[in-house]
Amino acid sequence: MLAKWLTADRVKIVEQTAGWRDAVRLSAAPLLAAGAISPCYVEAIFASHEKLGPYYVIAPGLAMPHARPEEGVITPGLSLLYVKQGVHFESEENDPVYVVVMLCAINGEEHLEMISHLAELFSDEDDFQALIKADTYPALNALIQKY
Amino acid sequence: MKKILIVCGNGLGSSFIVEMNVKKIIKELGKEAEVSHTDLSSAKSEAADIYIGSNEIIASLDDGKRTVFGLNNLLDNAKIKEILSNNL
Repeated sequence: MLAKWLTADRVKIVEQTAGWRDAVRLSAAPLLAAGAISPCYVEAIFASHEKLGPYYVIAPGLAMPHARPEEGVITPGLSLLYVKQGVHFESEENDPVYVVVMLCAINGEEHLEMISHLAELFSDEDDFQALIKADTYPALNALIQKY
Repeated sequence: MKKILIVCGNGLGSSFIVEMNVKKIIKELGKEAEVSHTDLSSAKSEAADIYIGSNEIIASLDDGKRTVFGLNNLLDNAKIKEILSNNL
């Protein structure tokens, strides 16, 4: 089911980014281009980072930036950015981040479905480790197709 | 029945994932609890027996009265299992 959300145009691999803000902007780009979010969504993510810290860096190597539905979500969606050299999100325990999954959700069935498939991938120890190391499109896509 | 509240910044992404994992672990342990997820500001006015969230989030919930558990890694299910076996 993740393949339905993480289509080829929403998966991007870069060598490096100019800091965490750049990583957030790059992961927002395909969702902005598709009209799934408005530019204020990205600003809301920056604002909550400033207020609450990088709480959305949920595990070593993995960030899941998102804001609330009313902060600029037009349609539900996901994007995935892989940063080969890793990027620091000011998260003491979980930096560097390699995988940035941006989430834009509206409460309801689709949200539930999207999150539960992500949870399955993230909670399988072997596949989670594979995801953090999957620095090529075929490797990432193999995991996306599996969940 | 004990109530567990999973807390994250926005109450819809990571807390939801952790809620699903917590429910699964409670089942594995053969225990029962009411589990839900919410955002930080709602959590401050919502009563629960156990609060779980990332360290950053949980620090601002810890008033000395609440039972709070902070995690560095929200996907660390072994740690969550340990918390639940000791506190349910």
